[in-house]
Amino acid sequence: MRLRYIDEFRDPATARALVGRIRQDAGGRPARLMEVCGTHTVAIARSGIRPLLSGAVTMVSGPGCPVCVTPDGYIDAAIVLGREKGALLASFGDMLRVPGTSSSLEREQGKGLDVRVVYSPLDAVALAAETRNREVVFLGVGFETTAPAIAGAIRTAAQGKVANFSVLPSVRTIPEAMGVLAADPEVRIEGFLCPAHVSAIIGADAYRPVAEAHRIPCVVAGFEPLDILLGISMLVRQVREGAARVENEYTRVATPGGNRKAQELVAEVFEPCDTGWRGIGVIRGSGLRISERYAAFDAERKFGVPVVFSPERTACRCGDVLKGKILPGDCPLFGKACVPDEPYGPCMVSSEGTCAAYYKYGAT
Amino acid sequence: MHDKILLSHGEGGKRTRDLIAKVIARYFDNPVLAPFLDSGLLGRIEGEIAFTTDGYVVTPPFFPGGDIGRLAVCGTVNDLAVCGARAVAISCGLILEEGLPLETLERALSAMQEAAAEAVVTVACGDTKVVERGKGDGIFITTAGIGVTVDGWRPSPSVIRPGDRILLTGTMGDHHVAVLVARQGLSLSAPVLSDVAPLAGLLLPVLERFGGGVRFLRDPTRGGVGVTLNEMAATASARIVLDEARLPVREAVRGVCEILGFDPLYLANEGKAVLIVDGALAGDVLAALRAHPYGREAAVIGEVEEGAPGVRMRTLSGGLRAVDYPVGDQLPRIC
Repeated sequence: MRLRYIDEFRDPATARALVGRIRQDAGGRPARLMEVCGTHTVAIARSGIRPLLSGAVTMVSGPGCPVCVTPDGYIDAAIVLGREKGALLASFGDMLRVPGTSSSLEREQGKGLDVRVVYSPLDAVALAAETRNREVVFLGVGFETTAPAIAGAIRTAAQGKVANFSVLPSVRTIPEAMGVLAADPEVRIEGFLCPAHVSAIIGADAYRPVAEAHRIPCVVAGFEPLDILLGISMLVRQVREGAARVENEYTRVATPGGNRKAQELVAEVFEPCDTGWRGIGVIRGSGLRISERYAAFDAERKFGVPVVFSPERTACRCGDVLKGKILPGDCPLFGKACVPDEPYGPCMVSSEGTCAAYYKYGAT
Repeated sequence: MHDKILLSHGEGGKRTRDLIAKVIARYFDNPVLAPFLDSGLLGRIEGEIAFTTDGYVVTPPFFPGGDIGRLAVCGTVNDLAVCGARAVAISCGLILEEGLPLETLERALSAMQEAAAEAVVTVACGDTKVVERGKGDGIFITTAGIGVTVDGWRPSPSVIRPGDRILLTGTMGDHHVAVLVARQGLSLSAPVLSDVAPLAGLLLPVLERFGGGVRFLRDPTRGGVGVTLNEMAATASARIVLDEARLPVREAVRGVCEILGFDPLYLANEGKAVLIVDGALAGDVLAALRAHPYGREAAVIGEVEEGAPGVRMRTLSGGLRAVDYPVGDQLPRIC
């Protein structure tokens, strides 16, 4: 194995030059930009970019952490499937500590609930194939990046007649949420730094409707420090010009049309639906549910356990953090009642959560 | 002898005696152990005594660049060395699982023998237990060690002050990645070898020569340089600022980190030390470390600064961020 092009995307001299350009273009009035994706949030915190740009750019963090926007009711439904329906739950590790209404999968695991951590949805299909005497439910949480893998697992299970496999879906699509945030007068964003991996699937053109409808610039950027700085620089220039174009900094991976094969797979297994985002509310057409053709693999229908979307608990302000209305430090629980070891809200649970990133890298 | 370990090898009877006399004694042939008394008699020891203990449960027991035997000697020798002590004697406690191939035990013992010779330490006493099949995992080793400290040198975190430099004796994460690769069967074009090594020969001459100029040192094993520095910063109430550009990481280790999402700062090392050194002496200490084979890639990686205690890092992009304790994501049984 030989990895190249790591240093090339972290070069200090180029970073300094980009920071200088951003400052010059900003001209003293900070541009208010949102990084939509949790991986960007972590990369920005980890490379210390936020303080580097203070006064020139205010970066607010968006809802692009799938664990964070998964509602309480989803965890509750998963626990019911395990507890009352006797299903073996297979999940990505990040989900275990996410609080539901009254418990988490980790806490239930301590009381005997059978939850297995898997690294790929296909591992859950393999688990079901080995455990034919039990129902295996995969907790299918994710955005457009994970959707093809979940769709692939469902199709594999259908082809292999693994009838004891099903998915409790919690799949969301990013552009619809961006539309809601762009329209929210409290959020006041002037530009979107669009996710790298999601864009590799859906393509940069997927942001055109948002950019055009809300007159807001969108730039797709990679996850390396220089990708991010260049993406921010492109956004600041558009803000100064009053432009609202979709531009692509991440041309080495993301194309205008995206990954057609993945899109076809998703379209075969899923269909769009309205869905609830924790802290934000129900967004029209922002979810993917399992289509009629694959209904036998939909745990909600198979077991009659629907995911109920309800408003969240009081003190936690994850919702406002996810919408970019406040920074994590503005939440009264941040760093006190809510820390990575003992998270109160989902933004502190996920490694991609905004609060976790601020907590981990943010001290000065 | 049988070619596998049996429960009767641990029962104290003839088979136990055979195992000790025909196998173990072949590797630890020294006058302290030879009489096989209930204790090793070390005689009079001059100087201040340091005493430590550690258990070794690494899986798999053999990995590129080392094995559980070498680790069991080096880990304990290094715990003494970073307190300024030269190891005099160590114990060897073996917990073996029924069915362990004798050849595996002999490989581990041979590695212990070699490492003990390199570290110039006597294996002075030992114990062997056998647990039923399925109740252990092949082989576990515990070692305790007694050492004598370098005259007059004591760890002194309280005198750490702004301007002191942070030195690391070589690249980060080699041991962690070597074990991970062996465990997961990953294939790398450039193999990563564990750095497991006894550090007394590298560190003690530096302490003898620079005395109180070396304020504090630790070996960044589990939790890596990131956790070790947080502990050092807390002990010393100091603000440590690292320079990302100067952190030594092998290219292959970095590649693994990029793919699997690890931060080399939190990966375990078994042949490295972190030193906090008087800023005025940092250049000379660095040169002395680099003159030794185990310190060839030593580097100044940061500085003690004024300000709130804790660990920070100046990033390649020119920003500043916190380096905190990690939550979760640790690889179990790395040593």
